[in-house]
Amino acid sequence: MSEISINHDEVDIVIGALQLDLTSFMEEWRSVFSQFHLIIVQDPDLKGKLEIPAGFNFDLYTKSDIDGVVGLSSNAISFSGYSCRYFGYLMSHKKYIIAIDDDCVPAKDSAGNFVDAVAQHITNLSTPATPFFFNTLYDPFCKGADFVRGYPFSLRSGVDCGLSCGLWLNLADLDAPTQALKPELRNTRYVDAVLTVPLRTMMPTSGINIAFNRELVGPALLPAFRLAKEGNLRWETVEDIWTGMCVKVVCDHLRLGVKSGLPYVWRKERGNAIESLKKEWEGVKLMEDVVPFFQSLRLSTSVATAEDCVSEIAAVVKQKLAPANPVFARAAENMLEWVKLWKRVRTQ
Amino acid sequence: MAAIEASKSSTPLLKDELDIVIPTIRNLDFLEMWRPFFQPYHLIIVQDGDPSKKINVPEGFDYELYNRNDINKILGPKASCISFKDSACRCFGYMVSKKKYIFTIDDDCFVAKDPTGKEINALEQHIKNLLSPSTPFFFNTLYDPYRDGADFVRGYPFSLREGVPTAVSHGLWLNIPDYDAPTQLVKPRERNTRYVDAVMTIPKGTLFPMCGMNLGFNRELIGPAMYFGLMGDGQPIGRYDDMWAGWCTKVICDHMGLGIKTGLPYIWHSKASNPFVNLKKEYKGIYWQEELIPFFQSVTLPKDCTTVQKCYLELAKQVKAKLGKVDEYFNKLADAMVTWIEAWDELNPSTVLANGSTK
Repeated sequence: MSEISINHDEVDIVIGALQLDLTSFMEEWRSVFSQFHLIIVQDPDLKGKLEIPAGFNFDLYTKSDIDGVVGLSSNAISFSGYSCRYFGYLMSHKKYIIAIDDDCVPAKDSAGNFVDAVAQHITNLSTPATPFFFNTLYDPFCKGADFVRGYPFSLRSGVDCGLSCGLWLNLADLDAPTQALKPELRNTRYVDAVLTVPLRTMMPTSGINIAFNRELVGPALLPAFRLAKEGNLRWETVEDIWTGMCVKVVCDHLRLGVKSGLPYVWRKERGNAIESLKKEWEGVKLMEDVVPFFQSLRLSTSVATAEDCVSEIAAVVKQKLAPANPVFARAAENMLEWVKLWKRVRTQ
Repeated sequence: MAAIEASKSSTPLLKDELDIVIPTIRNLDFLEMWRPFFQPYHLIIVQDGDPSKKINVPEGFDYELYNRNDINKILGPKASCISFKDSACRCFGYMVSKKKYIFTIDDDCFVAKDPTGKEINALEQHIKNLLSPSTPFFFNTLYDPYRDGADFVRGYPFSLREGVPTAVSHGLWLNIPDYDAPTQLVKPRERNTRYVDAVMTIPKGTLFPMCGMNLGFNRELIGPAMYFGLMGDGQPIGRYDDMWAGWCTKVICDHMGLGIKTGLPYIWHSKASNPFVNLKKEYKGIYWQEELIPFFQSVTLPKDCTTVQKCYLELAKQVKAKLGKVDEYFNKLADAMVTWIEAWDELNPSTVLANGSTK
């Protein structure tokens, strides 16, 4: 599917390990992962030694590494749970980062072919995005497709793609109430398309299967928004949704693109939606405030880097959302801490 | 007689609420292939070109047919707003229809097959699209959440899950894709073979190129905005009729909180028109659209535009004010837009409802 020749030296695959035994996960992905450098970050709350099969080129980071870099002050950003992968982003020096949850395995397309999710993400990131006008044949840079009649010529060169959001077969990324209401619902529909999410259109960016251009938007993928009772299932967190909206605002401001669609991964059965719902519904409620906030957010024209975008977003969060809920105040602080950390690590 | 399969989710036929509008200059043989799906419905055929030519309608279809003489007779001097020698004349069909929904299709569009080999009932899919809400305010990454087997994803606010009424259903094409002339010239052999199994709402604030080949809409919600402009004979431009209607319609839908969907259904587009002929028609449009797009992207409609007609008349005013300087054509077009609304209101006397909106 991908005609792009991939420079493997430009890619890091970041794996946040929330379970000790990564064997079956890594074996399923071996044909893909073995071609690249991996950054594996162990959830600092996960005690024990990770089991990683042989034959992979990886760097492993654990709690002690994280503490060493970040420090132990009470202000320090938490990298526990799903947020552990952000430490991997911090440590990477590569242009492209691909991150996949450790409960996802390769999917098959409608013809039964193995889907190389990494290759597709790299294709998405290295071909232009088209956020200023919607192309009804979806990705015009895909083989066999093009811009349709009526698409302005001046917009056909597109812009750089900053973020590539993939999808999931089997267990889709539904929230707990939805999955609880429809316990049998599984995503079986393979939609053979990649499209650019238009300028100023917000969307929920799931962190389950995601890739980005670290050089363009790296600092905007940040661990900031922790729910009070955040857990180790995606139903018990919305940190990636928050981060994704920051990234979209940053991309819109810097005139970069965000793509959504292919590649699919196959998400394994895990957890119980009803149990998660009993534990954590706060995230669902908070979206009601978060979404309108990001939809109306506009950054100053003078802001020109991803770091500065993040700092400005943090300032507005502090001003407009923080008064309503301490979660937002904490998020704003985390964002500012993150930018400091990002800059510090870059200069070392 | 008509072999309509009862679909799993039993989509209503809407046979007394929907008209099929078909512009044609040649013949309607293509209807034979569509017979199982179209026969229950009333057809409005708008005959373009030479009115003395007899158009053959296959037996068994219930239809009304209008040629240029009919259009002139019905509209009198207002007939000037309806294009001649261009499929843009189809919008006359929208105006004379008395139904709630319109499906319009070109006479070189046939029944497509889905990847399982099953024939696609495009009309049924359009009806599904139009009868379920749209979600223009926040993008759902699993596309249309109201489809079987889909839903809203994690992070989608519950307050936005009711959606808004769907005004337009924009279908796509397998085989000959809807490319402009330059692209056709460069890629004469390219065929669209990719079946993308999705319907999605085009987000608020985003424009798109609306193709009139395979299109459904709620005439009561958005009909007056579906004017296909001045094209063809005596006009400096062609093949921008549906584009123009689409941009106006999108701006008005965004203003009025209505949704536009794109994606399924696919039809099979069989005929590639001559790219050199197309280039001559489109040539000015290719330059003009560079001005038109910023215009439509920055248009704002005042709050007191509470009906589609009011929105459209306001648009016409702004077209004259801002695009008149691009070319004299836009002054004519702005006038024609006003004539269109006058004609629409004359043929469709409205009842003003209690909330001030018109039906």
